[in-house]
Amino acid sequence: MKFTLSWLKDHLDTSASLEEIAETLTDLGLEVEEVVNPAARLAPFTLAHVQHAEQHPDADRLRVCTVLTDEGEKTIVCGAPNARAGITVVLAKPGDYVPGLDVTLGIGKIRGIESMGMMCSERELELSDEHNGIIELPSGAVGDKYIDWLAENRPEAVDPMIHIKITPNRPDALGVRGVARDLAARGLGVLKPLQVDPVPGGFDSPVKPVIDADLKARGCPVFAGRLIRGVTNGESPDWLKARLTAIGLRPISALVDITNFFTYDLNRPLHVFDAAKVRGDLRIRLAREGEEILALDGKTYALKPSMMVIADDNGVESIAGIMGGEVSGCTGATTDVFLESAYWDPITIAATGRALKINSDARYRFERGIDPAFTIDGLELATQMVLDLCGGEASGITVDGAIPDTARAYQLDPARVISLVGMDIPAAEQQRTLTALGFTFTGDMANVPSWRPDVLGEADLVEEVARIASLTKLVGKPLPREGAGVPQAILTPLQVREKTARRGIAALGYNECVTYSFIDAASATLFGGGADATRVENPISSEMTHLRPDLLPGLLQAAARNQARGVTDLALFEVGPAFTGGEPGEQVLQAAGLLVGASAPRDPWGSRRPVDSYDAKADAEAILAAIGAPARVQINRKLDGWWHPGRSGNIALGPNVLATFGEVHPKVLREMGVKGPAVAFTLWLDRAPFPKVKTPTRPALVLSDLHAVERDFAFVVDTSVEALTAVNAAFGADKALITDVSVFDQFTGPKAEEQMGAGKKSLALAVRLQPRDKSLTDADIAAVSAKIIDKVSRATGGALRK
Amino acid sequence: MDALDQLKSKYLEGIAAASDEAALEELRLAALGKKGEISLKMRELGGMSPEERQTTGAALNVLKTEIDAAVRAKKEALADAMLDARLRSEWLDVTLPARPRRVGTIHPVSQVMDEVTAIFADMGFAVAEGPQVESDWYNFDALNIAPEHPARQEHDTFFMARDPNDPRPPHVLRTHTSPVQIRAMQAQGAPVRVIAPGRVYRMDMDQTHAPMFHQVEGMAIGRDISMANLKWTLEEFCKAFFEVPNVELRFRASHFPFTEPSAEVDIRCSWAGGQLKIGEGDSWLEILGSGMMQPKVLAAGGIDPTQWQGFAFGMGIDRIAMLKYGIPDLRAFFESDLRWLKHYGFAALDLPTVFGGLSK
Repeated sequence: MKFTLSWLKDHLDTSASLEEIAETLTDLGLEVEEVVNPAARLAPFTLAHVQHAEQHPDADRLRVCTVLTDEGEKTIVCGAPNARAGITVVLAKPGDYVPGLDVTLGIGKIRGIESMGMMCSERELELSDEHNGIIELPSGAVGDKYIDWLAENRPEAVDPMIHIKITPNRPDALGVRGVARDLAARGLGVLKPLQVDPVPGGFDSPVKPVIDADLKARGCPVFAGRLIRGVTNGESPDWLKARLTAIGLRPISALVDITNFFTYDLNRPLHVFDAAKVRGDLRIRLAREGEEILALDGKTYALKPSMMVIADDNGVESIAGIMGGEVSGCTGATTDVFLESAYWDPITIAATGRALKINSDARYRFERGIDPAFTIDGLELATQMVLDLCGGEASGITVDGAIPDTARAYQLDPARVISLVGMDIPAAEQQRTLTALGFTFTGDMANVPSWRPDVLGEADLVEEVARIASLTKLVGKPLPREGAGVPQAILTPLQVREKTARRGIAALGYNECVTYSFIDAASATLFGGGADATRVENPISSEMTHLRPDLLPGLLQAAARNQARGVTDLALFEVGPAFTGGEPGEQVLQAAGLLVGASAPRDPWGSRRPVDSYDAKADAEAILAAIGAPARVQINRKLDGWWHPGRSGNIALGPNVLATFGEVHPKVLREMGVKGPAVAFTLWLDRAPFPKVKTPTRPALVLSDLHAVERDFAFVVDTSVEALTAVNAAFGADKALITDVSVFDQFTGPKAEEQMGAGKKSLALAVRLQPRDKSLTDADIAAVSAKIIDKVSRATGGALRK
Repeated sequence: MDALDQLKSKYLEGIAAASDEAALEELRLAALGKKGEISLKMRELGGMSPEERQTTGAALNVLKTEIDAAVRAKKEALADAMLDARLRSEWLDVTLPARPRRVGTIHPVSQVMDEVTAIFADMGFAVAEGPQVESDWYNFDALNIAPEHPARQEHDTFFMARDPNDPRPPHVLRTHTSPVQIRAMQAQGAPVRVIAPGRVYRMDMDQTHAPMFHQVEGMAIGRDISMANLKWTLEEFCKAFFEVPNVELRFRASHFPFTEPSAEVDIRCSWAGGQLKIGEGDSWLEILGSGMMQPKVLAAGGIDPTQWQGFAFGMGIDRIAMLKYGIPDLRAFFESDLRWLKHYGFAALDLPTVFGGLSK
């Protein structure tokens, strides 16, 4: 919403400064986006008088002028055809910024003669497009400031323009008068009365509105208009053109300019039909399938039966409340005009405007809600302006429908206002505020003015009182704690887990990424997603069409981008949601880590080696331990398709997979453009069981004074035998005595097969025996060892290595 | 010089001259061993007169102690010399690099979420969560944004695809964290104090917008919680978060469908030298939106608005991260450029706490 200061002062009697007004507007919730003050731009320029003007010795088109300025006589070289002795001009001196040229003047030497400034044209000062010559002023004394001369003789040229942002709840502030009312309520001036003198009709309007019965209830409750005949639709007067130009509108013709003026001045959008082009009455109805209209913006719109139109015997003449039609639009030849003032249902207008993608000033206002009670007054005022500017004779007003009843009242509870806002606003001041905004009181019930469709409850009264009282003045008051003492823990166990996992993975040397929750269809499909349920209907790009089914594709894409920049060794991770479906809650919290390239940089110690599955496994296990997953787990190979089938595994508790680790499937790497090796882990943070009873107490530490005994066993087994089978079997040999079994060596490969036979390998286990009540004798140890050998051999189909 | 003096000087000289431990041990045995000279002389004491025995015995004991001490001292000196010799040969180029250890980082968004959580936890706010795919009821209707409300159009909403046979309106990717207000009210009732940090989505992509970003929602409901309490809460938060002794906030009337009255909140700052300083200067920077909860929103959350009242606010986590840590470009947050992650990231152990300070 834009307006000028002088425009505002048409409605507001105020002596407040521009700065004060701008600050107050922002504070009131009418946020100032921009103030364009031409006076600031033109401040340096002064008036000067050309004493002599002589032909430049070396240039046909230049004159060397002697100019009397406030600093004495100066020589100025000028190329304007009207530069001559005896005229009063506008002077820019060296050091001044000339806006229309976007330069700061220096002392120029023009064809050998020093020029001490320039005499400006209107275009150079951004006053108009005039550039045929320099400005010649009919009055003014040397040294006067040009802005003072303008303020005196051409005030619209220095009229500051104010641009404010209007929140959707404030349609009333889409008219200058509404803005003035807010400022007046704040005490920044007095709202001037709006005088409405009905224009008597000299004849009956030959054109009448007829609203379809079903639209009267909702859509178009009231449509008023009148014919004005014998008008001359010429150019608007300068003051009107200046107003419109200042707010960025192009003056078109008096009739059109009047409708635009009322749109901004009183938030009363109007439409003018060239009555000569209207056949029959104006019918307000829904569009019919297949109807279209060439609108005033020169575009043809196909209409739908949900849209309201104004039609005559020729067909659709206007998209109701949004934009008129070209055919019945007013032109310079218009002599009879039908002036429309109607009230349109905001919801229907919004839907139509959206569907047609028309952003007009009328739509903007109707969809937010204008003042229905002002329909006739607005028409009267506009009629008067048409008569004033275009002449002619007005018919009586013709109306169909009735002004919708918006009367409603809400209780003002001053104590509740104070309690909610936390400011001591006296009850009388609260009432005064609302009254100034147009509310009237019946006891403590505030009747809402017809121009405030947003006020729909007591809370809205509170907002109005607080806003006018100024929230800037609000002083903070401590919010007491709900309970005394040390605050309780506030994170849920899963939230704690998330934080533990995040910091834990970072501590393992991974860099945390935050990647988008959406991903391209191909990548989603590679990771088990890509179904329609997780498709975004209106994606911002083809790279972001689906919700991610897993964190790994995002990390792999990140890895590919980094590889493209020449970074080959990466440890990336993310903790965040992956989506299993498109319903609320179909998301799971994952923690995923990706290792790409080598484990370390080159160094003298030979640390550098390609990352492998055991790196990923170590990190997955470390994080599982950190979040409190049980130590005894199973490893299975029921893997998702994006893992290397032989070099990956699930860490599971029965069917509950806590994590997957291993190599990313080479095909996935190829499709995602990542150069391997690449290993990864994915953890589902909510899957590890949470402790059923939460107690900080640890089980008692049981220490034995008896020495533990460690025994090593090597078994020859088939290469396909998994170490965990052997370990579990060894554990099972004596559950009381055996406290640890670890794999300390594996001998595999051609040399091993040479020794132990084809398809064989050797696994070496260290078993720790902890006696509880008496030291172990050699016989005891031998007995346990025999059991271990027996169990492992049976479980693995192998034998003790001799 | 008598015999004992001779013995003494013989051994002490020998010990001093001993060049290794073996020679020293030989000397010790020759003097103090079972058949050593001094031991033999001790044995002779038995045949002496009591007077003689007393003087000679005492002298022998002194001598024995003296030689023993000399042997020990020499032994230690020899060991030290050997160690010195060994140490001279044991030399490493300690300027060589250590065995490599990867150094991980925490993303600024996570770090700032932890900072925000730490501050609000101290003020008694719990952390609530909600789904990122939301029904339009939670994202809009419950928050007093009717289907045709202009604000609904301004949200640049991402919609989920909807099976044509499914009559329900399409779900949305939540456009703000405010739906968590409703969920938290439904789950916890009143009184309640929560913050809800998380991802949100808007169909917007340019220099300062990304289609995904992060917000933190705050909500406090009680019997008499006021907008003045909201201002104090935000002042305290900003002081703690930006780690400055004073902040000045300016509440500006605004409009959000889910709060009433509503206020945009600006913070006083200075941009002198292109560097943002919070709490001083003549500029104002908009940092968040807030207000008193709309009665319809309380009702949608199952809370009686005639009995309870409260405030709510929402601010951009990425935005306050950018302001606090001087990070220029929002989109870089989500590009995972390793150089960026390392430069703007935080150490794993830098867990922000109120007692230890938020940032180093």
